[in-house]
Amino acid sequence: MIGVIQFPGSCDERDALAAVERVDVGRLVWHEETDLSGLDGVVIPGGFSYGDYLRAGAIARFSPAMEAVARFSAGGGPVLGICNGFQVLCEAGLLPGALLPNEGLRFICRQVGLVAEDFKGPFGEEIGPGERLSVPVKHMSGRYFAADDELDRLEAARRVAFRYAPGENPNGSVRDIAGVVNETGNVLGLMPHPEHAVDPVTGSDDGLSLLRGMLRQPAAA
Amino acid sequence: MKAKVLIRPKEGILDPQGKAVERALPALGFEGIHDVRVGRLVELEVDDPAKLDSLSEKLLANPLIEDYEIVIDEGQSENGGGPA
Repeated sequence: MIGVIQFPGSCDERDALAAVERVDVGRLVWHEETDLSGLDGVVIPGGFSYGDYLRAGAIARFSPAMEAVARFSAGGGPVLGICNGFQVLCEAGLLPGALLPNEGLRFICRQVGLVAEDFKGPFGEEIGPGERLSVPVKHMSGRYFAADDELDRLEAARRVAFRYAPGENPNGSVRDIAGVVNETGNVLGLMPHPEHAVDPVTGSDDGLSLLRGMLRQPAAA
Repeated sequence: MKAKVLIRPKEGILDPQGKAVERALPALGFEGIHDVRVGRLVELEVDDPAKLDSLSEKLLANPLIEDYEIVIDEGQSENGGGPA
């Protein structure tokens, strides 16, 4: 079963739940819950957790559910942070780097091409390196940033998971980075929304392979 | 006592908000102004100012992308007392 965290201000939790239910059983996890036992994976969905006051994701990281997510990921459990979920994971220190306001200062909502890297962890199990995915982005603060030496380390350690396709970087992210994984590969954060790309009716179901990959790893104890 | 935490984008990080402000200046007749950077100011009342550093580090600023500076307003403590 995959749990989808719901913060006050989340807005994609139901789409994320509907998406994971295409590959597994899912349930919502309220932000005050601390018991994640029985879950094989956790999704931190998009939205504006706690209003995104101060900085995107800055306040959500202190929620009880996020402490539980930190324990879950430390035990090897797969965690997927999408958009605001990526911001929360960076703020919580579970992923490197930070998400800054878009270079163009505008909210961006459009379909983008992503190119998968050869990256560690379960999420890439069903996606080949170099494979191209079509997935929407919709965000205000999606400009990935990390210092140059940190980026070199991430690339060398196969921790850059996805880049925007050439010429499609929508927000000014450094080195076109759209998603990164943690040191052990079981935590993935990405700005684009795979949960909105799960049915050809909406233009693409490329997000499904990512969600299926999530289940390739045994659950945390 | 009253304190201020000044938060600004780290040197070298692109600040599109500052750039947008800078671009608007000539049209308003303000010449000779460059390198505009826009940050944030948090004003607060604090009992123990020793806590401000960790508060700034953990919540008010993200040290990866922002620098912060703590300014304590010594003369304005609520109980009217002078500097300790």
